[in-house]
Amino acid sequence: MTARTDPRSAGWRDWLTTDTPQSRAQARLGRAWAGWTAFRRNRLAVAGLLIVLALVIVAALAPVLAPYHPYAQDLNNRLLPPSAAHWLGTDAFGRDILSRLIHGARLTLMIVALVAATAPLAGLVIGTVAGYFGGWVDTVLMRITDIALAFPKLILALAFVAALGPGIENAVIAIAITSWPPYARIARAETLTVRRADFISAARLQGASSLRIILGHIMPLCVASLIVRTTLDMAGVILTAAGLGFLGLGAQPPLPEWGAMIASGRQYVLEQWWVAAMPGFAIFIVSLGFNLLGDGLRDVLDPKGD
Amino acid sequence: MPTLKRGLTLLVTVAATLLGLLLVTFLIGRVVPIDPVLSALGDRANAESYAQMRTQLGLDLPLWQQFLRYVGDVAQGDLGTSVLTSRPVLEDVLRVFPATLELATVAVVIGAVLGVPAGVFAAVNRGRWPDHAIRLLGLIGHSLPIFWLGLMALLLFYAKLDWVPGPGRVDVFYEGMVDAVTGIVTVDALLAGETDIFWNAVQHLVLPSAILGLYSVAYIARMTRGFMLDQLRQEYITTARVKGMSETRVVWGHALRNIAVPLITVIALSYAGLLEGSVLTETVFAWPGLGLYITNSLLSADMNAVLGGTLVVGAVFIALNLLSDLLYRLLDPRAR
Repeated sequence: MTARTDPRSAGWRDWLTTDTPQSRAQARLGRAWAGWTAFRRNRLAVAGLLIVLALVIVAALAPVLAPYHPYAQDLNNRLLPPSAAHWLGTDAFGRDILSRLIHGARLTLMIVALVAATAPLAGLVIGTVAGYFGGWVDTVLMRITDIALAFPKLILALAFVAALGPGIENAVIAIAITSWPPYARIARAETLTVRRADFISAARLQGASSLRIILGHIMPLCVASLIVRTTLDMAGVILTAAGLGFLGLGAQPPLPEWGAMIASGRQYVLEQWWVAAMPGFAIFIVSLGFNLLGDGLRDVLDPKGD
Repeated sequence: MPTLKRGLTLLVTVAATLLGLLLVTFLIGRVVPIDPVLSALGDRANAESYAQMRTQLGLDLPLWQQFLRYVGDVAQGDLGTSVLTSRPVLEDVLRVFPATLELATVAVVIGAVLGVPAGVFAAVNRGRWPDHAIRLLGLIGHSLPIFWLGLMALLLFYAKLDWVPGPGRVDVFYEGMVDAVTGIVTVDALLAGETDIFWNAVQHLVLPSAILGLYSVAYIARMTRGFMLDQLRQEYITTARVKGMSETRVVWGHALRNIAVPLITVIALSYAGLLEGSVLTETVFAWPGLGLYITNSLLSADMNAVLGGTLVVGAVFIALNLLSDLLYRLLDPRAR
């Protein structure tokens, strides 16, 4: 019998791709690596990832990257076309559109992060609890979910904002309140596939509480599908938030929110098209990024779904 | 009788969904920081008439009784009075709804006419470049802000190229020249025998409905592709091919016929989505439908109108969901 060679000496790639991982951490890293190699082959998905990363970087470094202050007015230089001094032109107050778009990335990222941190979490809790307990708990929770699912989302979000008052926080709340039901459905479906599994029974026989089983064993298994769905939904969230901003119900001036910027450029669209056009490109690129990323993640994390 | 039982279940589900929708609009109406008494009477009301109006509106009752009253009012078609137009909200909504219906109907036809063949084409060429191209186009379509696309389309096709007329349903010159029989301008113009107005209305309809329709193309194409792939795996397809049937007939004659039922469901669902999605499109194209009515009411804090409009859109949305479900059961023998 030959002495087993240390897998690490054969290079980190072999260590990651081994069939016989020595530790749980190695197995997990190996799976992550396999996922990454599959993901990397999908060039569009990588492009999506780069767009989303770019959004994060631009948002983080906004004050450094923006050539001008986003609120700095210069009424002598209103509605200038794109030029060397103002790459994307200036708006009706002479503010630099590029600088406003760069600072607007922060708002977009904030909206996306807040919705992604609340709606899927609420859906996860409702779905796993319904699926795990079954019976009347399941019936009641899923009836409520079905009812909420049958509501028109955009119109309800509009009505919520109307009630709460215009503003970016209320727009986020309205979007989150109207977007949790699909996540509850997905989490419940995932829960149903594992709740009769032997490892759940084993955990229960060892005396684990329902709370512990749901938190420790069931929720982690739902995460992959939820991440895919959340990523795909983020494009829609960006569009809805921009739509609310466009209608004057989201972020209020002078905040450089992209949808509101399109609305403010609307009256100049025939002569100074860039004022309304540029923020639209920004919205399009970012939501395309999330769509491409989500589409690629679906292939890697959730091959069952279509 | 299982059919009866299923019918009852369906009825209860719809009733529960409608009640849920009513509860949501009721609660929204209660959290609004607008005093309904003042908005009905105006700011100069004295304390006596204020208290009288408060009792009349039932605001001194416990919340659950207020809700019951609200449900009763809505059931009788009373959605309150619009502050902006001083007319009953239901009357306003019925007046503007045909415009939205016209827009969304043409849009869903465009969506289906483009989406179904695209989906079939993608499925037949699975994994090859047409499949990827259609998938990418779908993702692009789902990433474009519809209000921005509308603005840019107006800029290009109306202002620069002058291919289509501007916003609105007909040219200002033709406004109000035909009697509103159905409220759908194209139909009304034909009924009145005014072909000029009909063509003018069609030209006005092209751009907004195409923009709105594009939105559903991606969804319809993706679902068609999925259904089609399932069918093409079946043995009867192999049999048909072995018999020497042409690929065109196999795909368009055999496979497509078998996915017709789920496709109708999908199209009905996207129709519901378009009715809702018309809000932003209508705003950009100054299309005087329900969406524009709701947004205008929102901006002037006319809550009766907003909630009434929301309720009507929600009810139609739920009805279309139900209809797609019923159609599925009716048309697919396996679901009976």
